[in-house]
Amino acid sequence: MKQEFKIISDFIEKNTRVLDVGCGDGTLIEFLQNNKEIDIRGIEISKENSQKCVSKGLTVIEGDAEKDLSQFPDKSFDFVILSQTLQAFLNPEIVIQELLRVGKKAIVTVPNFGFWKVRLHLLMKGTMPITKNLPDEWYNTPNLHMCTIKDFYKFCYERDIKLDKALALRDEKISTINKSNLNIKNLSAELGIFLIEK
Amino acid sequence: MNKNINIKSLIIDKPLKLDCGQTIDNFPLAYETYGSLNKEKDNAILVFHALTGDQFLSGINPITKKEGWWSHAVGSNKAIDTEKYFVICANVISGCLGSFGPSNTNTDTNKIYGTTFPIITINDMVNAQHNLLDYFKIEKLFAVMGGSMGGMQVLQFVSNFPDKARIAIPIACTSSHSAQNIAFNELGRQSIMADNNWLNGDYANQNKNPDKGLSVARMAAHITYLSKNGLQEKFGRKLQERGDLKFSFDADFQIESYLRYQGSVFVDRFDANSYLYITRAMDYFDLSKKYNGNLSKAFEKTKTKFLVISFTSDWLYPTSENKEIVIALNAIGADVAFVEIESDKGHDSFLLDVPEFLNTLKNYINNSYSKISR
Repeated sequence: MKQEFKIISDFIEKNTRVLDVGCGDGTLIEFLQNNKEIDIRGIEISKENSQKCVSKGLTVIEGDAEKDLSQFPDKSFDFVILSQTLQAFLNPEIVIQELLRVGKKAIVTVPNFGFWKVRLHLLMKGTMPITKNLPDEWYNTPNLHMCTIKDFYKFCYERDIKLDKALALRDEKISTINKSNLNIKNLSAELGIFLIEK
Repeated sequence: MNKNINIKSLIIDKPLKLDCGQTIDNFPLAYETYGSLNKEKDNAILVFHALTGDQFLSGINPITKKEGWWSHAVGSNKAIDTEKYFVICANVISGCLGSFGPSNTNTDTNKIYGTTFPIITINDMVNAQHNLLDYFKIEKLFAVMGGSMGGMQVLQFVSNFPDKARIAIPIACTSSHSAQNIAFNELGRQSIMADNNWLNGDYANQNKNPDKGLSVARMAAHITYLSKNGLQEKFGRKLQERGDLKFSFDADFQIESYLRYQGSVFVDRFDANSYLYITRAMDYFDLSKKYNGNLSKAFEKTKTKFLVISFTSDWLYPTSENKEIVIALNAIGADVAFVEIESDKGHDSFLLDVPEFLNTLKNYINNSYSKISR
């Protein structure tokens, strides 16, 4: 998802403080460090991945975002990134609240369960969809709370979370999501990328 | 014990005001170095040793004739690569390997200090070692690091000298000694003091040594360095060179024999009064005390990049206490990374060949250095 990284990078302003929540092996952190002059840290739950990050000299904390974000003061980051991780949390609502407390703005990307291939898979095969973005079987997927672009849009709307930017990504092609094309994008996009603030 | 052969030592003439109120000057600070300082003087690493450690990190310790306590971590191409870095380690003051301590002779009385030696704190140890920077003309260290009491010194160093180290790696430590930590240390001290040869600390002047007390102190402490699972796996209920129980108080079990051995070799290399002084320094350690319990304030001015490391089976300085340091640093937006290494070797993990630990340490150090020198 090179394109996703580029979009995230475009959202972030120079000389800002950034936190990557669920930073995995640090690929995005490195990408952003190489492209932007920013002060970036990460938090990662897996021991193996945190060790990979720290081994690269990155400022990453091994921890559980659902509990450990509480140690960061209010608005201590300009941007908090949550890249394709929201669906893996036990309580995504609390995580979003925390992101918006810790960060002045949050960048959230969601794999779209409303993508037509996903829908078709379930409709035609009758089994849990497996796609490029959702490669795991139902029994071993880390994804607990899959949602669609429309779900996330609605989620923000109902909580007065401001959507500064909403982009749809399909085969590396970017388009804007708005109220009038929401249903179409919800069918055609693989990934939604949102810049939100409270 | 203290033959002073092959011991490099610096005489510190600058007076050092100790936390206890006394001032010391013209005192020795013994140290050892590995690797060489580069032209830019930006590759120096100061390692702080733990309770029973010393300045001999790597290679053969000239006093004990055994491998240095961090030999597998410090050396050519090792985690702390002496081909790249200039590594310095000093014996803490109140120690017994060449630095000013209770086994030194008081020139006023011509007697060995014993317990007339002033009480030393972690802060005092660190302030004494800061003189090494002037001596080697190092403006800023690349790194300070250490495990256990070494980690406490790392925290104290960065707190005292916020612009003197680029990176800091406190390992398996705490910012404040817990009641349990103090309790174990008190057990050790009481066992030394209960030895008839301790003679209120005056044993060295009377050609005696509280071997038994010191050895029991070491045995008790040694248990706290290991994990229950680690002990069970290594020893279980295995018997020592015998087919069955002897129905006596001999060392029937391998664990008993192992602990007795650990105690007996310890007394050959360590001074009982130093043990009292150093454990006391650890007990007095509470970095946030000066700041009314707000640990973050201890690091307020720091620009140092931290890596905090803990071990899953360490119950002496558990992950939760290491994480408190991380939390305090995050609260002020300091640059802090943290990993908890999986190991069943208990607190001692930082001294042992734990590949995940050593690899993480090595890569973090090298990558941080290349970013700084870039």
